[in-house]
Amino acid sequence: MAQDDDTSHWETDVLVIGGGLAGTWAAIAAAREGARVILADKGWCGTSGVTATAGPGHWWVPPEHREAAVADRLKRSLGLGDPDWMARILDLTWTSLPQLAKHYAFSTDEQGRVQYRGLRGPEYMRAMRAFALEAGATILDHHPALELLTDPDGVVTGAAGVALRGERPWTIRAGAVVLATGGCAFASRLLGSATNTGDGMLMGVEAGADLSGMEFTNYYTPMQAGTNMARSMSFAFARWFDEADKELDIPAGPDVSPHLARALLKGRLYCRLDRIPRDIREVMPQVQPNFVRPFARMGVDAYAERFEVSLVSEGTVRGIGGLRIDGRFCQTAAPGLFAAGDAASRELVTGAISGGGAVNSSWALSSGQWAGQGAAAFARQRGNASGRLHHIGQAGLRPTSRLASVDLPAAVQTVRDEMGAYDRNIFRTGEALAASGEKLDEAWGEIAAHAGGWGRGLLRAREAAALVAAARWSKASALQRRESRGMHRREDAPGLDPRLASRQRAQGLDHVVTRFETASPGNTRLEAVA
Amino acid sequence: MIEVVIDDRCGGCGSCVEVCPSDVLARGPNGKAVIARQADCQTCYLCELYCPEDALFVWPQTDRVAGITPQQALATGDVGGFRRDSGWDEHAATHTNQHWRMGAIFERARLMAIEDADAKTARTEDGRTK
Repeated sequence: MAQDDDTSHWETDVLVIGGGLAGTWAAIAAAREGARVILADKGWCGTSGVTATAGPGHWWVPPEHREAAVADRLKRSLGLGDPDWMARILDLTWTSLPQLAKHYAFSTDEQGRVQYRGLRGPEYMRAMRAFALEAGATILDHHPALELLTDPDGVVTGAAGVALRGERPWTIRAGAVVLATGGCAFASRLLGSATNTGDGMLMGVEAGADLSGMEFTNYYTPMQAGTNMARSMSFAFARWFDEADKELDIPAGPDVSPHLARALLKGRLYCRLDRIPRDIREVMPQVQPNFVRPFARMGVDAYAERFEVSLVSEGTVRGIGGLRIDGRFCQTAAPGLFAAGDAASRELVTGAISGGGAVNSSWALSSGQWAGQGAAAFARQRGNASGRLHHIGQAGLRPTSRLASVDLPAAVQTVRDEMGAYDRNIFRTGEALAASGEKLDEAWGEIAAHAGGWGRGLLRAREAAALVAAARWSKASALQRRESRGMHRREDAPGLDPRLASRQRAQGLDHVVTRFETASPGNTRLEAVA
Repeated sequence: MIEVVIDDRCGGCGSCVEVCPSDVLARGPNGKAVIARQADCQTCYLCELYCPEDALFVWPQTDRVAGITPQQALATGDVGGFRRDSGWDEHAATHTNQHWRMGAIFERARLMAIEDADAKTARTEDGRTK
């Protein structure tokens, strides 16, 4: 990586990497603690990330119903959730959303009651940007971070990256860093996920953090084939048909995707939305203005004609895994480094099932605030972080062998295939997981040895490294969890294994290792799997 | 992917260049928006929301360039449709944000599914007795 006089340098107390829902809340919370805050976003804070293209509901439960809500969720988390964390995000969601009223025009229902539960994405993130600026955060748009910096003791002390305008390198010295880089969509082209390439996981592991729940990466959403419009609401009314136009017996419900995947493995799949009631059709463009665009533009009468559908993988976005949370302020295992939102594992609040639809948004706004507070306190306690900074980024930035041309699009395609294919990622077997792992190891070896570059090219190399790394952690974790639990479905090990009712950690770069948290016969050792 | 910048509509404000999360657009020699890195477009449509002149058009296909012309875009009748339905700017009074109805819509779907399942069970039982 070129370091020359052209590099921009800043200093701050708290650096937040990523400007989606979690990152903006982290910036606001840190600024409220009196910290100087810089938020660096790969894209533009306000349109970046999967909130801006969605319409997130929240886990919005009145105080008198929270105990029951936690009990229900805990049961469904299949042994991996934590009731205290669930209660914490319920409390904080309830007090946080109304604070947005100055920046977001909350709707009222027919009785005049203000509706806080769900916010429309573009307006939500526009409001969060305004809120973060008002709180005093400095926002650097189009400033992707490429690596973390540490002090001589290994404490995280900032980050380095590239400013896309002018392709100039930058470094920021910070008292603490929050990773809010979003989930990893494994290059699936999921709506809003182009920048969600797993960067935070790679940066975090390089700094000494570890991951958890990386086997839970196989939540899929239906959409019109060839588009990316994975808005699930309308599909709750769908009827499904095969190529011969025979209606398939697929019951509606949250677990529809594996049924659709089985149908898709046999041939083309079609959908009719003709059961959507007329009054809902009429209001649809103002409920989900983006959902109706592909139909309007491609001339499809979605409520009358059948149209072809496919499934898109949501990776760790509506999947679960990410940086392991190691304390009440969303510390990671690396000192000075905090994690929030989809960059972090959501097992604490959702267990082995998806937190999509409500819990994930509550987690983002809560974990963001805790990480921001924790980072501000850490920076304050530390005082001025001076001394020499170490650039710790490896694969994609600093080739271990000679810098040479690497087919990065091919590496990304390998990730897309291995992490997307229904028969390899939804319906899993040990054999196929191991085979995927080998292909990904090969891609990793090539990138680590030779990839690098300058400017945008360096960003692309680093993104490819992060995608491959995240895919390897996922395959290794899925291989070691020899059972089926929640969304993780092993065709060669159906059913729950009570000995594995435990969260699984993953780490390692050249050699991936995983380990179950609770010692029980057969899974006590740190298992090298790559 | 973003396919079209309608040149005679673009006022050169630069908003789309600024807000694109994938840094796809740039300012051309005359200050107007140009598509600089089309393959990086993630088809999020958000540039359209921030374009007060409705000069941009995103085609729903995600994985390849479709080669849509400005005439084809206008012929869809949906240029500016996203910003209108979202109630941004001058559309605020006529197109209010109805997103809050999502919970009730999901609930309608759930109840319909239960009704259907009940009807199916009834039919099956009916079939058995006959």
